[in-house]
Amino acid sequence: MQLKTIQTQRVPVRYYESGEGKPLVFLHGAGGLDMDMGFLATLAQKFHVFAPLVPGYGDSEECEELRDMLDFTLHTWDVVDRLGLKDPILAGFSMGGMIASEMAAVAPNDVSRLALIAAAGLWMDEHPIPDIFAMLPYQLPDYLFYDVEAGAKIMSAGTNMSDPKFLQAFLVQNARQLGAAGKILFPIPERGLASRLYRIKARTMLIWGEGDKLVPPVYAKAFKQGIASSEIVMIPRAGHVVPFEKPTEVIGAIARLQ
Amino acid sequence: MRFTWFNLMPWPYLPDDFREKNRSVWVDIDPKLFDPAKGHQVYNNYLDLLEYAGKLGFDGIGVNEHHQNAYGLMPSPNLIAASLARRTDDVALVVLGASIALYNPPLRVAEEFAMLDCISGGRLVAGFPVGTSMDTNYCYGTIPGLTREKYREAHELIKRAWAAKEPFAFNGRYTKLRYVNPWPRPIQQPHPPIHIPGGGSLETFDFCIDNTYSYSYLSFGGYIRGQALMQGYWDRVAERNAPDTSPYRAGFAQTICVGETDAEAEQLYAKHVSYFYNRCLHVYPGFADAPGYRTIKTIQKGILSQYAPQTMFQEHPWKELVDNGSVIAGSPETVTQRMEDLIKKLRVGNIFCLMQIGDMPKDKCMHSTRLFAEKVMPKLRHLFPEYADDGRFWCKPLANRAVPGAMPVESELDSPVGAER
Repeated sequence: MQLKTIQTQRVPVRYYESGEGKPLVFLHGAGGLDMDMGFLATLAQKFHVFAPLVPGYGDSEECEELRDMLDFTLHTWDVVDRLGLKDPILAGFSMGGMIASEMAAVAPNDVSRLALIAAAGLWMDEHPIPDIFAMLPYQLPDYLFYDVEAGAKIMSAGTNMSDPKFLQAFLVQNARQLGAAGKILFPIPERGLASRLYRIKARTMLIWGEGDKLVPPVYAKAFKQGIASSEIVMIPRAGHVVPFEKPTEVIGAIARLQ
Repeated sequence: MRFTWFNLMPWPYLPDDFREKNRSVWVDIDPKLFDPAKGHQVYNNYLDLLEYAGKLGFDGIGVNEHHQNAYGLMPSPNLIAASLARRTDDVALVVLGASIALYNPPLRVAEEFAMLDCISGGRLVAGFPVGTSMDTNYCYGTIPGLTREKYREAHELIKRAWAAKEPFAFNGRYTKLRYVNPWPRPIQQPHPPIHIPGGGSLETFDFCIDNTYSYSYLSFGGYIRGQALMQGYWDRVAERNAPDTSPYRAGFAQTICVGETDAEAEQLYAKHVSYFYNRCLHVYPGFADAPGYRTIKTIQKGILSQYAPQTMFQEHPWKELVDNGSVIAGSPETVTQRMEDLIKKLRVGNIFCLMQIGDMPKDKCMHSTRLFAEKVMPKLRHLFPEYADDGRFWCKPLANRAVPGAMPVESELDSPVGAER
C-alpha cells in the first residue's frame, strides 16, 4: 500500500491507496490503521482502496478546526471530493462507521453503497458501550478480540511501558489519536445519529463480530431498524476487531454490495 | 510571605480495606461510602477549622473544587466560601478555584465571585483552574481535546464581563450571550487577584505570566519533588521576559504537621497522614489523564501529572513521606527550617498549608495549626523583603466593612406606622 498526501480545505490528509476496480473508501476506527493493514491489502485485491487517516493519526498533521461531528463529516466528504471520487463504496469500522453513517445521512444522494463494520454512533442505555478512554492498555484486548490471549500478545508486542522514552511516545500518540477521536466519541460515542439514520438511502451491509464486547451486536439491529435498505452479516468467532480477525468474511460481505 | 490555611475536606470514614475493595477514590467511588448524617458533622467540623485558622493570623483560608471525590468534598467551593464570608472578619477567602470551563454559562463564576467579593468586603482571592482530568473530563464530561479552548473562552468572557462599562454581546463558540451584564460587580477593580492552579502544563505557565496571575502548584508530592516543576515555571518566566521574578507569582501547596517535638508529631499525626497518602490518593490511573487533555507540547516536556499511571502501589510509611518532603512534619524548629528550605528552593511567596490531613480529628488539627501560626509563621515572615510591597497577587479589602449580624435594637422600630420617631 502506498502512503500519499492530499490537500484539503483545512489540513493535508494522509491516505493509503492500493488496488484496482471499483473505488472503496475505508474509514478507520479509534485505534487507527495499524491493525488493518493486512485486511486492506486483501481488500485491495478486489477494490481500488483509499484509506484516509483522521488528522492526528499516524504521522498526519492534527487539525484543531475539527471539533464536532459535522466538522468530521464534512471534512471526510472533502477528502472524498479531493480524491476525485464519485459515489465510492463507503466502508467504516467502529468510529469510521459512525463517520460513514453521518456522511450518508447528510448527503443521501451521494452514497449508494455503505458498509458499516461494528459501527459506533448509537447509544442504548440498556447496552452501554464501555469507556475506552478510561481503559489502560492491558485492559483493551478483553473488549477488542474474540481470542483475547492472542490479541493481548499482538497488542503488547514491542511495547515497554517501563521505558520512559517509549512511554512518552506512547502518550504522545494517544494524545494525538484518541485526542482527535474524543471529539466525537467522548464521553458517550453518540452525536445524534439515531435521529438522522432515516435519511440514509444507501444499500447498507451491517457487518458485526458475533462476540463484539465493545459495540455489541444488538447495535447492528438498531442500525438495521433505522436504515431502510440494510442487512446484517453476523460473523461467528469474531470480536470487535472483526476486519482483523475475519478479513475474508468481512470482504465477502462488502463484495455483496457490488 | 502569605500563608493560606487550606482544607481539601477529605471524607474521614473510608474503610481500612478501601484500597483493596475499590478501584478509585475519585469518579466512580462507591456512593454507599457516603453517609449524609455523618456528612453534616464533617462539613461543620471543617468549616469550624477554617474559621479557627482565620482567627490565628493566617493571611488566607482556602478552598477548592472537586467532583465525585472522597478526599475533596467541595463540588462547590463558592458555597463554602460564602459561608466563611459571614463568619470571618479580616482573613482572605482564597477560592482556588472555580473550574470556569464547567459552568454554563461561565458568567456564573463572574457573578458568584462578585457576590463573594461584595459580601466579604473585598477579601476574595479568585482561582481559575482548568481542572483535573478526573473532574473536568470524566466527572463533568468535557471533551478532553476541547477543554483548553473552552477554558480560554470562559476566561475571556469573565474578564470582559468584569471590565465592561456597558452590557455587551458575546459570540463565543461554547457560550453565546446577547446581553452580558453581571450584577453585582466585584469590589476589587479591575478584578480580584487571580491564582491559577496547575499541574505542569506549559500553556498554563504562559497564561499566568502573560496575564500577571499567580501560578499555584497544588501537589501532594511535596517540595522536593515539586522543585523540577517550579524550576520549569521560573525558567519560563525568564524566557518570556516577565518584568520581574516576584515570588508572589508562584504558590505551592504543602502538607504540614507540627507537634511540640518531632516525636510528638509522628505520634499524633502519622496515622492520619497514612490515611491520606495510602487511602485518599488511591486514584484509578485510567482516570488520570484523558487523551487530549494534556497538550503534546506538555507531554514532550516530560512534566507529567502526579496522577500519571503508576504500575504498582507502594505503601508510603511516615519516615519516607517526611524524608522525601511530601510531608513537612516535626517540632516548630524542624518545620521552620524545612519551610524556609521550601520557600527558598521553590521561590514561592504564597504557601497553601494543608493541615487538615485525611481523617485527622479536630483537636489534633487545631494543635498543629496553632503551633504553626504561633511558632513557625512569624519566623518566615521576613523572607523576600524586597517584594514585601508586591500587592498584585493578593486581595485589597475595603477599609470599612460591614459587621455581620449587626442589627438595630428592635424596640426602637416598634413605634406605630406613620408616627414621628
